[in-house]
Parts: sequence; C-alpha cells; structure tokens
Amino acid sequence: MRTIKVSLEKRFPNGWIDRMTALNTVLKSDTEIDYNVSAIRADFPALDLKINGHPLAFLDSGASAQKPVQVLDRMDHAYRSEYANVHRGAYTLSQLATDNYENARMTVANFMNAKTPDEVIFTRNGTAAINLVAYSYGRTFLRAGDEIIISHMEHHANIVPWQLLRDAIGVEIKIAPIDDHGNFLMDEFEKLLCPKTKLVAVTHVSNVLGTILPIKEIVRQAHNIGAHVLIDGCQGIVHDGVDVQDLDAEFYAFTGHKLYGPSGIGVLWGKLDLLNKMPPYEGGGDMIENVTFEKTTYREAPARFEAGTPPIIEAVGLATAIDYVTGVGLENIANYETKLLTYATNHLAEIDGLRIIGRADNKAPIISFELDGVHAHDIGTIIDSKGVAVRAGHHCAQPLMDRYGLVATARASLGMYNNTDDIDQLVDALNYVKDIFG
Amino acid sequence: MEDDIRELYQEVILDHGKNPRNFRHPEDATCEANGNNPLCGDKLTVFVKVGVDQNIEDAAFEGRGCAISVASASMMTDIVTGKKVAEVDALFEIFHKMCKGEEVDETPEKFEDDLDKLVVLSGVKQFPMRVKCATLAWHTINAAVHGEKAVSSE
Ligand SMILES: Cc1ncc(COP(=O)(O)O)c(C=O)c1O
Repeated sequence: MRTIKVSLEKRFPNGWIDRMTALNTVLKSDTEIDYNVSAIRADFPALDLKINGHPLAFLDSGASAQKPVQVLDRMDHAYRSEYANVHRGAYTLSQLATDNYENARMTVANFMNAKTPDEVIFTRNGTAAINLVAYSYGRTFLRAGDEIIISHMEHHANIVPWQLLRDAIGVEIKIAPIDDHGNFLMDEFEKLLCPKTKLVAVTHVSNVLGTILPIKEIVRQAHNIGAHVLIDGCQGIVHDGVDVQDLDAEFYAFTGHKLYGPSGIGVLWGKLDLLNKMPPYEGGGDMIENVTFEKTTYREAPARFEAGTPPIIEAVGLATAIDYVTGVGLENIANYETKLLTYATNHLAEIDGLRIIGRADNKAPIISFELDGVHAHDIGTIIDSKGVAVRAGHHCAQPLMDRYGLVATARASLGMYNNTDDIDQLVDALNYVKDIFG
Repeated sequence: MEDDIRELYQEVILDHGKNPRNFRHPEDATCEANGNNPLCGDKLTVFVKVGVDQNIEDAAFEGRGCAISVASASMMTDIVTGKKVAEVDALFEIFHKMCKGEEVDETPEKFEDDLDKLVVLSGVKQFPMRVKCATLAWHTINAAVHGEKAVSSE
C-alpha cells in the first residue's frame, strides 16, 4: 500500500496565512477531510484511561505515541504463534518469523518509497540510527578539519553523536541559525556551506518548536557543494511522511515508537551504495559472510548493520503501525492534525500570560509554551491532577532552549487520535494552574 | 488528587517561589556549588559563608527553577544561617526522609521550629517525580560546604 503524499510545503507555499485560508476552504468543503477521530480513538485502548479521576488527555505523542489495538494484537499473536529466531533455523516457525521480519522491512521500504528493502536497516531506535552513521560513515568518510552542519534546533540525538565524532577525529561542527519564530534560515545556511562541508545533519521537524524544515531545499543546496545529508526524521515522518527518492538525502533516520509502533525499534534508511562502503558498526552474529580467526568478511547491507538477534516482534509491530497509519492516510492525518493545531493555538493564545514558543510558518502539531510566572514543571504536575499529560522540561534540546533564553517549557504535542476535547481539557487545566498561582 | 495539589502548592510555597529570600550572590562567600536537575532544567547556585567553628554566617542562592525548588532554596537559606555545618547535615537527613514519605525517628528539639516550617514542602511525597525539586537546594549546599563543585539530583 502506498499513500499519495503532498508535502505541507507544497500545499501551503506561502506559509501560515495561506495555510489558514486553505484550511478554512477545506473545512467548508468538508469532502476533502474524511476523518473519523472517534473511530480512531476507539482503536487506542490507552485513551480510555482515567487519570486522577479524569479522562486522560494525552498530549505527549511527540515523546512517544500510544499504540492502536491492531499493533498490540499483531505483536501478541506473533509472540504466541509465529515466534522463533530469524535467519537461522531450517524449521517452519523460524521461516515464518524470518518472513514476518523481512516483510516488515518491505513495508517500511514502501512507506518511505525506498528503492529496495536492502536500504532499510532496523536499529534499536532513532538515536541508534544516527549513532550508526556518525560512527560508521563518520570515521570512514570524514577527516580532521571537515565540517558538519547541524541546525540550532536539533534534539541531543542529533548533536551528541557528532560531538563524539569531533572528539575522536577532529571534525568541526557548524550551527545553522534560526529566527525568533523558529524558522530555519535558508540564507544563513547557504553561507555556512563551503568546500569543507562534508555532511549536513538536520532534523525534519523540530520536537520543541514544531517547525517543518525545508529539507528538500537543504538537500539540494548541500548536494550543490558535494556534501552528504542525514535527516533526523523521528518527528518528521509522523506528520509529514517521507519519499526518500524524491528527497534524495543520503540518510534518513526515524524511531518506531513515535509512529504508533512499539519502542525498541528504529530505522536507518541509507543509499545502498553508500551503506555498502561503510564498515560494520557492531560485530557479531548475522552480519558476517565468513569468519576465521584471521579474517572476517561482512555481508552487504542491511545484514552488515544488524549484528545479533534483531528486534523481531518490534519490526512486526512497526509494520502494523505503518499499515494502520497508511490505512487512515498520512495526508488525512496531517490535514486533521493541522486543523487541530490551529484550534489549539487559537485557544491557548486566549489564555492571559501564555506565550507560545515557535511560530514558524510551516508547523507540525507541536506547541511549546510558557505561562507567566509558572515554571513548566509546576504546570506539568498540576495539570496531571486534571488528567492532562504534557511534557515539561528542556525536551533534550538544551542549545535550542538557550537560544530562546529558556530553561524549560511545557509542550503539548498532538497525535492522530487527539480531539478538541483534549484541547479544551488542557485549556481548563491551565486556567486551574493560573488559579493556584493567583 | 486536587487536595494533594493544593497541599503542595500552599501559600507559603507560592510566596517563597515568587519572592525568594536570600536571592543574591554574596561577595564574601567562602564556598559555592551548582545544583542541576537535568530532567527538568532546574539550575541553582548556592553560596555559603562558613566562618570559625564551621558556623554558617550567610547562605544565599541564585538560579532558575520550579516553584518547589525555588521555595525550598529560599526557605533553606533562611534556616541554615546561624547553624553549624554538622547541624545542617543532620537537618537535611531528616528533611530528605520527610520528602520521601519515610518514617522519621525522634527529631532533636532544637530543630522543631525549622521542621515546622519545612513541613510544607513534604507535600512532594505524593509526587515522587518532584522530590528532587524539593531537595535540590539541600543537595547543593551539602556539596558546597563539603567541597564539591556541583551536584546533579536525579
Ligand atoms: C527530533 C528527534 N530526534 C531524535 C529523537 C530520539 O528518538 P529515540 O529516543 O527514539 O531514539 C527524538 C525523540 O525524542 C526526536 O524528537
């Protein structure tokens, strides 16, 4: 199954205003959004929970999403009736498990529009995927004095691996700046590009500001000077999807648990010829061609990068989550989430003393905010007593927080199952916070 | 739950949180330490002037944090001034237990007034994730007077 994907940039070329108008048109003609959020909610058992006597308003999908019953049942069934180790035994169950695992790779490949499933490497999570590149690609293709460009709004997962590489081999890290609204500054980025630039590693969507970066243009500019590109798609793939052939980056990393799949699995997609030039990251079983004590030869990608027993059932769960999401339609989800983002933004803006951090033109449904005189941590605790779950803190993006002079924000991040009730519950709970703080 | 919230965010705490006492950087401090709560981004620096006989002559702090951590630092700096380092250690031990909801043995009479004040912070025992907010300042002063530069409370 392949969904037809139109990126948000294409739909709304003139940014925020254009997008609002477009949305209103869509809403009026409501044939274009066919989205039954109640039916979707019914698929997610966690949404029935009562927290501290209130219905759960789960607004932390950016940290990790809840799972639909289809994923849970599929994994349960695979553990009960289809389980054995993969790529090993010559017996029926092992073959079944291997088929499931490799079919999952196919599903992921289709979802990203990869040329071949061999380009899809299963990892432990998104962080591991980036570390794999930093280690294996970084130590092979980069030299002291080469430059890596990252943006000012990276998650620590796309900062620290490059710092480790810097400390190991002496590459330099340059920071592409952003403006006060959280927009990626294309002009400034272009100024940083130079013959020393060998790699650009940026996020697809900021996990704090919600900004959707112009990744296609970033790839184009980077390629112009011969640099490679890694996109951290942990947030982006959920709200914007990806067509890796159209994007043309060298690497795209994402994590399963934010895409309504299980934790414990991530994906590194990479261009096949490049992957096959990279040395293994970890050594062990399954990744070798031939082992003697003198010399070992390695298999091609993806096996080369999947040492040891892989996340077998997690892969099955991830594939089921992808089927679920594509069944609803990634574009339908994005349209709906954008509508809800507008609703949430408008209602939060009405709260006196509330300031939204991140007003980029092109945004995924992530809203970071501050409330006058109240620390995010206090907000988190108090609204939890009303059943509302948001993230409070630095969101693993300290350099970004420093950029805005913040120590912590509260963040509401929306998923495909949120509705206006969740937003209303958040607004009421925030008014309760204000009550307490007087 | 809402009662627990009201108990945690009592007037006294909100007042200390908004108008912290001893929020300054004394020039004559003899030691200082940074306290960092990496999970939520609370950052405090505690300054202490320790005089003869290990007597704390002045205590102050700077930094940013949630209402609980700031209120705790504010109350702490008031309470420890005029005490000996060893007394502060003993008081911290009792306070720590209070915050975690653990049984506290007989408390020395000389601490009675202080503990009466500190008890407002013990509302955190209903919120395990917030215990470290209430104890961050104490961990930090402990580091300062015992010659460590920084602590991280987790
Ligand atoms: C933008 C971004 N990159 C990377 C990650 C890391 O994902 P994981 O913790 O699953 O490795 C996250 C999630 O926290 C994220 O939001």
